[in-house]
Amino acid sequence: MLELATFAQQAAGELEAGLTAVGRGIVYGGAAIGPGIGIGLVVGNAITAMSRQPETAGTVRTTMFLGIAFTEALALFGFVLSFIVAG
Amino acid sequence: MKLLAIEFPPISHVIEWPGIALKDTPFEINKVVILMWISAAIVFGFFWFAGRKKEMVPRGAQNIAEATVDFVRNGIIMQTMGPHGLNWTPFMLTLFMFIMVGNVWGIIPVAQMPTNARIAFPALMAIVVYVLYHFMGIKEQGLGHYLKNTLILPGVPAAMHVLLVPIEFITAFITQPLSLAVRLFANMLAGHLLLVSFGVITAAVFTASATAIIWPFAFGLLLFLTTFEILVVFLQAFIFTMLTGVYISKATSAEH
Repeated sequence: MLELATFAQQAAGELEAGLTAVGRGIVYGGAAIGPGIGIGLVVGNAITAMSRQPETAGTVRTTMFLGIAFTEALALFGFVLSFIVAG
Repeated sequence: MKLLAIEFPPISHVIEWPGIALKDTPFEINKVVILMWISAAIVFGFFWFAGRKKEMVPRGAQNIAEATVDFVRNGIIMQTMGPHGLNWTPFMLTLFMFIMVGNVWGIIPVAQMPTNARIAFPALMAIVVYVLYHFMGIKEQGLGHYLKNTLILPGVPAAMHVLLVPIEFITAFITQPLSLAVRLFANMLAGHLLLVSFGVITAAVFTASATAIIWPFAFGLLLFLTTFEILVVFLQAFIFTMLTGVYISKATSAEH
């Protein structure tokens, strides 16, 4: 029992570091789900549009990058937050 | 941080550089500041050098400079602001080139540090754009008209405005500049960290032990990611400039 208590004291710092790493993983992993689906939808539909009407490919590509940029911002907020969350 | 017996440097070690001169003052000079000076000098020097002679049939540097100007005009401004935005070309070109040269440092040996991986550069440029598009909007439309056009969506039931006006306010005044800065910063930081991680792995497994089997894969991935970074460098400069164009044209044109 005594050994366990000493171990818990020694491991407190390591436990905190480990939990921080898990927290970072959860924050970034969670933030990446939605934008992942969103970018897939944006690019997929842009490809459909381009193959249906190749003459509008230029406009569609510009709009596609805009859509990607807006969707991707959420994942990047998560990426930055994952560093902030650890302090 | 230790992982699979490989020592990864902490993040502060990868992006914070010791000061060279004027230590512990707000004007401390370190590697990133020097790279910023070089980027500014390259952008200025390149266009000055390319524009010296102005030949009818462009050659060499003038050719590259004209291709860049043409890309910013036709690829960015015409797509987002239309023909009446063409007098923004100098500003957009400067923005595009400065961001691109700042990003390129991440993949150039010896430098190996994109200046835009420190939040100060994207934040300053986002603040400039933020002030600019609100200023242009107020100048073109007048304060009341501009606020009305920004905050109130047309053709929406009156009751919905209770919900929509705060959302539009947060979008135009907080999220847009924040995401503009964070997008560039986080993309460059993520790319930098990826390159550092694979660089560390490649260096660590280059030993006589059995782990050397994965060396070709680690090195191959490092090469692939470096190539990928070239794409990201260009794409982020492109997106930042394009969004600047979108925000300015949205603020200045009274569609409704």
